[in-house]
Amino acid sequence: MSTHTSEPTEPVAGAPVAMQRDADLLRFATAGSVDDGKSTLIGRLLYDTKTVFEDQIESVERASRDRGDEYTNLALLTDGLRAEREQGITIDVAYRYFATPRRKFIIADTPGHIQYTRNMVTGASTADLALILVDARKGLVEQSRRHAFLATLLQVPHLVLAVNKMDLVDFSEEVFEGIRRDFASFATKLEVPDLTVIPVSALEGDNVVSRSSRTPWYDGPSLLHHLEHVHVASDRNLVDARFAVQYVIRPQSGRHLDYRGYAGQVSGGVLKPGDEVMVLPSGFTTRIASIETADGPVAEAFPPMSVTVRLEDELDVSRGDMICRPHNAPTPSQDIDAMVSWMDESSALVPGRKYAIKHTTRTARAVVKELQYRLDVNTLHRDESSTQLGLNEIGRIRLRTTTPLLADEYRRNRTTGGFVLIDEGTNRTVGAGMITAAE
Amino acid sequence: MTSPGTSSAGRYQLTQLQALEAEAIFIIREVVAELERPVLLFSGGKDSIVMLRLAEKAFAPAPIPFPVMHVDTGHNFAEVLDLRDRRAAQLGLQLVVASVPDALERGLVTEPPDGTRNRIQTPVLLDALEKGGYTAVFGGARRDEDKARAKERIFSFRDDFGQWDPKNQRPELWGLYNGRIHPGESIRVFPLSNWTELDIWSYIAAEGIELPAIYFAHDREVFERNGMLFAVHEVCRPREGEEVFTARVRYRTVGDASLTAAVRSEADTVEKIVEEVATTRITERGATRGDDKFSESAMEDRKREGYF
Repeated sequence: MSTHTSEPTEPVAGAPVAMQRDADLLRFATAGSVDDGKSTLIGRLLYDTKTVFEDQIESVERASRDRGDEYTNLALLTDGLRAEREQGITIDVAYRYFATPRRKFIIADTPGHIQYTRNMVTGASTADLALILVDARKGLVEQSRRHAFLATLLQVPHLVLAVNKMDLVDFSEEVFEGIRRDFASFATKLEVPDLTVIPVSALEGDNVVSRSSRTPWYDGPSLLHHLEHVHVASDRNLVDARFAVQYVIRPQSGRHLDYRGYAGQVSGGVLKPGDEVMVLPSGFTTRIASIETADGPVAEAFPPMSVTVRLEDELDVSRGDMICRPHNAPTPSQDIDAMVSWMDESSALVPGRKYAIKHTTRTARAVVKELQYRLDVNTLHRDESSTQLGLNEIGRIRLRTTTPLLADEYRRNRTTGGFVLIDEGTNRTVGAGMITAAE
Repeated sequence: MTSPGTSSAGRYQLTQLQALEAEAIFIIREVVAELERPVLLFSGGKDSIVMLRLAEKAFAPAPIPFPVMHVDTGHNFAEVLDLRDRRAAQLGLQLVVASVPDALERGLVTEPPDGTRNRIQTPVLLDALEKGGYTAVFGGARRDEDKARAKERIFSFRDDFGQWDPKNQRPELWGLYNGRIHPGESIRVFPLSNWTELDIWSYIAAEGIELPAIYFAHDREVFERNGMLFAVHEVCRPREGEEVFTARVRYRTVGDASLTAAVRSEADTVEKIVEEVATTRITERGATRGDDKFSESAMEDRKREGYF
């Protein structure tokens, strides 16, 4: 067992520059339980795409020898901070990067234990895809189901179940099929939009970068091939135009004396000059005069472009306002129903407490009117008798806000449907919410 | 960059570089909208030059609404200072120089025995931030640089000593950044968090951004120390037994001249550098920064003290 890291199976990095420039972006979150080989799998992806540098490999080889490992332990590539090693803890999400000629990948690597829910929710909030690992010998465990549930709660559009350690079950089709069936039957209880199940051995590289000859019964893609080709362009909402005003640009000088532009990032739909638009909360309508960037005007703007929108009429528009379409606009609402994931270890969510709420570019105050139930993330059981939510607990709540939010259901738009709660005393971010209804 | 929507990434799909740019611009605007008195750390190095370009784009056609600050160790490369001054003047920006030599004279810090000034930069930075009343500080740090950076937030909360506590970080979800602070506390903001070294160079190429000449291959008198090539400089002299020779080199990073090493390279254009970076096999900091070689956790330790 000394050849595991001999040479990458297939050179994929070092791409011609032109290809690199045209690559698009895939953000994915990884989750797994302890010892299922997640660190090894990530190490394998980094290593086989030549993302790992010689000085990093040297340091890992040295550490592997020191530990007495009989092979270069790729898991050490994702080894954490000294503070973590000393205290035997894992500090939330680590971000890692690799690229192929086709795509750049951002991995939100979330540890599988202790503060799992907070970390996975954080990593999944911006993910296009969630990668969940299971150990082929153990099959689905409680944590696998929990991770799948959290991925769907956060509306991650693509789910990959990597059945790892296939080398330890003799690459058995029967074992793989059993796990696949188990998961598929569990997934019917969730809304899993797109599921792919792949048999892999992270340690030996099977089906990670290229198809393995040891799984002739498997006719799907390798993990990397799937990550490179999964179609994400249509995941964003291109129907409901949503543009939260972030900042008003008014140079008030020289040749731009009368310039007034509304800067922001498009969070839904496609905006074009000439479009009739409505500005919330005022409800006034006008047309888009132009959409500008520092590189010049553009013919259309779509998510996640950062642009500056200019309107034909002079309206009173400021940060926190929303530009949308007259017949397709969120209803300004002060009563918000949401699933909330609690993230604070020093205080619990209890009905009656007030928080600052940050939603799009708008900040308001909110009071928790009601905790409807606490959800057991393992059994999906709803506990309606619970009176508070502690760290890593998830529940359904009703909020009343001081000023109306311009919100969509989270399932329609992850940007205009998500919010965070902030403790006004400590300034800590204590909760993350996904809006289920705004009335 | 080329206009979005027509890219080969597909209709209604940004290229990854366009997506990174859009994210960085969003972050810069959030800071200006929500925090009082931001300042951008600007050394004239490549990452801070990219930061400045993004700030320019975020507010165009209005000027950048905050000053820039350079923590000047006094150990500089002349070409870098020249570009620093020129860019600040072109954009009409106030340049605040936090000077380590001044701080040494004032007794704020003491010169370490080895003469390197990386560690004593931190108190000088913190002093300048406090004097200016700056509560939000933009830096060009990237998560691919170091494992301590890999776990740091985009909005990095710092206590009233400027210290980073990895165990006390605010969860960051979607594009919702929490910049709330009490008096004395501050936020370091890293809009380039998700960029890699290759992204920086690809962006410089796409944007045609001017850089100091030392980033491009040139002949220079160097000597070898700890396997790295150091330029002969007034603050970095060869010791006995260290032979001086001329080599074709360029700088991958630009920091304190007494600590920053050059790499052998023939890449004398941005395009050649992009290609070199795409195929290089050694990390940027591993290849060129004496300061990070001291220990496994060098960066982590310095960040805890208030470093970037």
